[in-house]
Amino acid sequence: MTNELVPRYLLAGESALVVEFGAIIDPKLHDRVLALDAAVQQANISGVTETVPTYRSLMIHFDPRILTTDALIATLSRLAMPSKAHREGRQRWHIPVCYESPHSEDISEIVSLSGLLPARIFDLHQGACYRVYMYGFAPGFAFLGGLPRELTIPRRAAPRAPVLPGALLIAAGQALIASCAMPTGWYAIGRTPVKMFDPRRTQAFLLGIGDEICFERIDGAAFDALARAAEAGESCARSEILEEP
Amino acid sequence: MRGRLRVLHAGPGTTLQDSGRHGYLRYGVTPAGPMDWTAFRTANFALGNDERAAAIEIPPGGVEVICENVPLWVAFAGGAFVWRRGGVTLPIATRLHLQPGESLAARAGADGAFAYLAAAGGFDTPAVMGSRATHLRSGMGGIEGRMLRAGDVLPVAAPAREPDGEALIDAPWLARDSDPFRVVLGPQDDYFTAESLTEFFAGTFTLTAAADRMAYRFDGPDIAHARGHDIVSDGVALGAIQIPGDRKPLVLMADRQPTGGYPKLGHVARADIGRLAQMRPGEGCRFRAVSVAEARLALLSREDEISTTQQRLRPLRGVFTSQALFEANLIGGVIDPLE
Repeated sequence: MTNELVPRYLLAGESALVVEFGAIIDPKLHDRVLALDAAVQQANISGVTETVPTYRSLMIHFDPRILTTDALIATLSRLAMPSKAHREGRQRWHIPVCYESPHSEDISEIVSLSGLLPARIFDLHQGACYRVYMYGFAPGFAFLGGLPRELTIPRRAAPRAPVLPGALLIAAGQALIASCAMPTGWYAIGRTPVKMFDPRRTQAFLLGIGDEICFERIDGAAFDALARAAEAGESCARSEILEEP
Repeated sequence: MRGRLRVLHAGPGTTLQDSGRHGYLRYGVTPAGPMDWTAFRTANFALGNDERAAAIEIPPGGVEVICENVPLWVAFAGGAFVWRRGGVTLPIATRLHLQPGESLAARAGADGAFAYLAAAGGFDTPAVMGSRATHLRSGMGGIEGRMLRAGDVLPVAAPAREPDGEALIDAPWLARDSDPFRVVLGPQDDYFTAESLTEFFAGTFTLTAAADRMAYRFDGPDIAHARGHDIVSDGVALGAIQIPGDRKPLVLMADRQPTGGYPKLGHVARADIGRLAQMRPGEGCRFRAVSVAEARLALLSREDEISTTQQRLRPLRGVFTSQALFEANLIGGVIDPLE
């Protein structure tokens, strides 16, 4: 058994290091990843080029001309871990979502896989509170935890045709927001007009890792209006700073 | 006046690349950048460019470009491609002063999968999130996020100083050899049985046709997992050797996603990534385990070698030079005096 309080330092070539806190998807474990991420950024370690938080680990990329793996591990093990720094500035986002046809593209498949009625499926998905765990696949493609257990359905055996940008996807107990058209092994439950990634905006990526998300239901007409505003460069999503518990 | 290079022909997959889009991995942004950083850097250094300057990455389909308005200093290096100015074949790595109306063509030669064409000052297309590197899947960088095609015009930034003559680039570090690729084990080497790790370092692997800017898939002995092939996604670095369910290695290259969900046996040392990128489907290779310290020293010494590019330049003589071409009246007819 690994002691989850002591991270494992795993080699990823001569130019990157993985600091692993565990092997599961869990908010407490993710908090530790984010705490280390904040500490590394605060420490401004010479040679560290960028960091990538994931569900369970932090990947630290560095310039081997300036830093060695051993020196980095030594620095990390001495690093003071601020208990709350990573929580500062965390936000709760209110993201508009349309579950009406044609935006709930794969609802009939989700019905047959979950055994639930469409209204119940939408209520469950919309009623939950999600956390942004990491990005993957493509720019702005956000992986969310917090999907209600009743909506756990398997991934597709083979990828479906590309979903539309803004599609909300579910599979394998997780939720995703697609930022661009992409073939996927997941199921589209609804769609948001909000652009998760828009290089024209000052804040190109809307969501911070560790942020919370609530979905707000809108109808097809509201979707169309917001989609036009998003196209013009507006963010179309509200947020507030999360209070400390 | 700013120099311009016009594309007359570009084979599939020809893109503009700089040293990559860095700082946005955490948001899912692929770094892109050159497949063979050693050849890319050699071409830039031959011109006195910064190691980050944008250059054209040329797959086997080749390119043909023409110098538009003012003379341009260019340099190329990479696999053993066939480069021709006018009717004359040039050395595989060369620095040239292209005259307006003069064209330069490259196509695949004896070996190698990529060549780089750099211009003194660097190609000056709009940067997206701090980089000119093209990433086709997300449609970012280069020209409109796409491959280069005939008709594209690439502006060139003014160089800090002019190179001093046409030259042959003597870059022995770009020579191909059959040494095994060096590999640092981790982060998930413990997901494999001891026998399969032995198998990996003893076996010969063949590059399959499934080789693109994202990943190179190899065929060879089965690499069995000890504890399944699905992991909770974690970070992915250049050269990661993923072993998915089919037990065949997949080496992640310039267009890799920043995170992934298959166990990674190890990472190909960055010093050897360029040589691996130059493999063609059907070619074979082996892997050799090294310590992380050894991989780092190999990278540093490779970088030191490449930084001697300028000192190793040799004057280009005889039939290769513009002067000789003018005298032979090979290109005089294609220069528009009004340009």
